[in-house]
Amino acid sequence: MFKKTLLILLGLLITVSAQAAKNSNSIQIKGSDTMVNLGQAWAEKYMEEHSGDFIAVTGGGSGTGLSSLISGTCDIAMSSRNIKEKEIALAKQKGIDPYEITAALDGLAVVVHPANPVSSLTLDQLAGIFTGKISNWKEVGGVDQKIVILSREVNSGTHVYFKEHVLRKNDPNSKEEFAPGALLLSSSQAIADEIAQNPSAIGYYGMGYISAKQKQVNIAKDDKSVYVNPTIENVLNGKYPICRPLFLYTNGQPQGLIKKFVDYALSKEGQEIVIATDFVPAKK
Amino acid sequence: MSLRQIKEFFVQKLILICGLASIFFVVLIFLFLTKEGLAVFKTVRPLDFIFGKSWYPISEPAQLGILPLIFGSLIVTLGAAIISIPIGIACAVYIAEIAPLKIKEILKAGIELLAAIPSVVLGFIGMVTLVPWVKSTFHLPTGLTALSGSIILAFMAMPTIVSVAEDALYSVPKSYKEGAFALGATHWQTIYRVLLPAASSGIVAAVMLGIGRVIGETMAVMMITGNAAVIPQSILVPVRTLTATIAAEMGEAVVGSEHYFALFAIGIVLFTMSFIINVTADLFLHKRK
Repeated sequence: MFKKTLLILLGLLITVSAQAAKNSNSIQIKGSDTMVNLGQAWAEKYMEEHSGDFIAVTGGGSGTGLSSLISGTCDIAMSSRNIKEKEIALAKQKGIDPYEITAALDGLAVVVHPANPVSSLTLDQLAGIFTGKISNWKEVGGVDQKIVILSREVNSGTHVYFKEHVLRKNDPNSKEEFAPGALLLSSSQAIADEIAQNPSAIGYYGMGYISAKQKQVNIAKDDKSVYVNPTIENVLNGKYPICRPLFLYTNGQPQGLIKKFVDYALSKEGQEIVIATDFVPAKK
Repeated sequence: MSLRQIKEFFVQKLILICGLASIFFVVLIFLFLTKEGLAVFKTVRPLDFIFGKSWYPISEPAQLGILPLIFGSLIVTLGAAIISIPIGIACAVYIAEIAPLKIKEILKAGIELLAAIPSVVLGFIGMVTLVPWVKSTFHLPTGLTALSGSIILAFMAMPTIVSVAEDALYSVPKSYKEGAFALGATHWQTIYRVLLPAASSGIVAAVMLGIGRVIGETMAVMMITGNAAVIPQSILVPVRTLTATIAAEMGEAVVGSEHYFALFAIGIVLFTMSFIINVTADLFLHKRK
């Protein structure tokens, strides 16, 4: 929560300073909280190499980024989910033409408390847990304890991705939803903190947040497949089943400074930063 | 007209404008809220909106039922009221009637300090101290519950309740008290039978204002109530309040979408609730005079 307040303050600061620097060499990047650190790292390195250019990065969630791209208040939107058709229609109305660039990949880790004996689950079991059909740890081989489901808020691309790809198994007609009793927390860090102190909780977040205070669960596509650990290697070779692309959206084909920055992000150097921030490069 | 009169005229008008400004803003806000909020009823029937049991705003089609959110707000508010009203009134009685001057000063300063703590700080403290305590004391799967929210909100309501109630007790005419003593009543009998009834309308107003503060509070409840949109069966489960829903989802809602309008409609519901509470408080305050 502090992070959010800080981001708002930062946002204000940036708006003020950006207004001062308008029309010169500044671009605004906004969106996915998952990608904030990555965007920040790109921006810092880029600005080191191109002094005079100014790049401001703020978070707020994928939806926030895309809606500010649509309303014209940022130049690049970071998003951890595809833009929705509704959003494209709205953008067209306002004369904005969203252009999609895949900038990196992210494996979503499912995490539990280190003391939890459950260490591998199939996708079906995961869907069962998060939709509330499986409500006790003993049903998946753990202790007799109620499962506490932790999820991100609905403004998070991670939330949307997890719902569509794990709960609904990529089926557009599926009506599966997160269990109504799922706790919606406002940041990945909040999920990490709650997991660290709650032995009966389960949650998910981008691989970058994995630490020793949580235990990541090995995931298998079905009960005949092998259980796979979320590592960069397993995401790259496609073995880890919950992995998503991370996007940059611009208004039309990127041009000028925006193109320079996007090219930098996709360059070998930019993709090394991707690895350094615990994501997976978009290109091998 | 002399210079003096001209000056007088302008100052008067300036103050008039300032005075009307607040009403003007309230009307503007209300109009905007209504305009944006009522748009949701093109797609959802009002009864389904208020009595719908599922809140899945970003699904296709969206399910926009705010009953769990209303119950969430009510249970947190009720819990906070149960905790803060007795303590608040007792504190007011102590300050107004019993405490020696020195202690009275210290207490009053302390209460003002309590009112000065930003809600996000209270929420943060609650998250790291209260939440684990609630979890272990009641053997719950998680400490992010309505009860945690109620306790923190009780701290926020208390300063309002204490200062308004103390004011009400203080303004009971001295002669009442002297009369009671003259009839041989003890101090406690005087407080219980004479002062409290005489100040009752002011105390009710104090309680209402305190509750008004609680129902509109956002930051702290968002941090510690878990935000799960289910109709609560007890106070020991996670809840999602109306305010937290608006705060958490406003960033995502695409301007002009159904979800966006629904959030404004929640705003209307909240506005109505706190309006009723404030009007009730006002009625009681004026009854006293």
